[in-house]
Amino acid sequence: MSAEQETTQETVTASGSIKSRHKRFLWIAVGLVFVVAIVALVLNALGSSITYFYSPTDVMQNKAPQGRAFRVGGMVEGGSVVRGTDGLTVYFNVTDTAETVSVVYTGILPDLFAEEKGVVAQGKLDDHGVFQATQVLAKHDENYVAPEVQAALDEAHKARAAETLKQ
Amino acid sequence: MSGFKYAAPAQFYSLAGKMVPWFAVLAAILAVIGLAIGLYVAPIDVTQKDSYRIIFIHVPAAWMSMFLYVVMAFWGAMALGLNTRLSAMMAQSIAPTGALMTALALWTGALWGKPTWGTYWAWDARMTSELILLFLYLGIIALRNAIDDPRRADKACSVLALVGVVNVPIIYYSVNWWNTLHQGATIKMGKASIDDIMLAGLLVMVFAFWFYSIAVTLVRLRAIILEREAGAAWVARLAEVKEER
Repeated sequence: MSAEQETTQETVTASGSIKSRHKRFLWIAVGLVFVVAIVALVLNALGSSITYFYSPTDVMQNKAPQGRAFRVGGMVEGGSVVRGTDGLTVYFNVTDTAETVSVVYTGILPDLFAEEKGVVAQGKLDDHGVFQATQVLAKHDENYVAPEVQAALDEAHKARAAETLKQ
Repeated sequence: MSGFKYAAPAQFYSLAGKMVPWFAVLAAILAVIGLAIGLYVAPIDVTQKDSYRIIFIHVPAAWMSMFLYVVMAFWGAMALGLNTRLSAMMAQSIAPTGALMTALALWTGALWGKPTWGTYWAWDARMTSELILLFLYLGIIALRNAIDDPRRADKACSVLALVGVVNVPIIYYSVNWWNTLHQGATIKMGKASIDDIMLAGLLVMVFAFWFYSIAVTLVRLRAIILEREAGAAWVARLAEVKEER
């Protein structure tokens, strides 16, 4: 059968059965609805296990896994970073502004690790409620700022702070 | 109804041939402009310094990987519903470019992840679902090659493409639905938390990726049409085919 013959045949069957064509699209739609429903149920059942890290609030409310490794994420609390005498151990607090978790980590920190910046630490809670981290990753935000813009923002911030002091 | 004449592979073959050079040239020009803005004109980012510049490749590739999948699934649905050959060939021609874009997004993301996060890879929802997207593309390509009858392969691949389309909103919203290492969207409806010149470079690169994808997909589509219509009289009448014989 040549391609041209096939084309004519198709035209005939297609135009002769508008109904069956609608029926096929209906079946596709029904199938998609079922697939979406299945995936939604599976994702719902998996729930928090898809989550990459738990917040300090989750940890305090015992929602984080007990007795095994997990990740805690949030902001590095300002002024909380203390370096140990060995030069490798670092102590800091992870906060979600509501709750705070103390973290101890020995190793190399990512370049973007800084106070008031996002962080994700993997490890275990010890008996004293201190999080013994085995890995620390920097989580950065979705903002991309040019240096001049940042300088201008800092200026404005300083000006506002001075203003408040005067009052 | 004149537009419908292009639904015939013979008509679309010549139309696609006329469109390819335009899209290819546009893609090349935009890529040069976009990379010039991205690599020279745009300033560094305050926190990430120069390493953020990977977004000029990473973001367009990631967007295309999702967008191409939706287009492929759309043509799959058309192929199933209308039983048209050209729709299935469209879907078939998109899969390799989609897989390339997905691989590019994952690869550039890993290169960027190491200096930024401190790791190449993390099993968070965004990265895992994007990896699943790559497996879907590769699975669809493999499935087609596993079935000898092209019309049966069309149906099987269309069904698989349609089932996999649920993964696209999961990739897109993963950063909102779950805690992920990957940050949220920078460019949202109505506002973007990115410097204007960086945004300009990014958007130019997005269009470059669009036109590249269209050009390459059309070239592949023309090859697929010729291959699958090899026995047809119109193919034998083509000047380029006559030359070959």
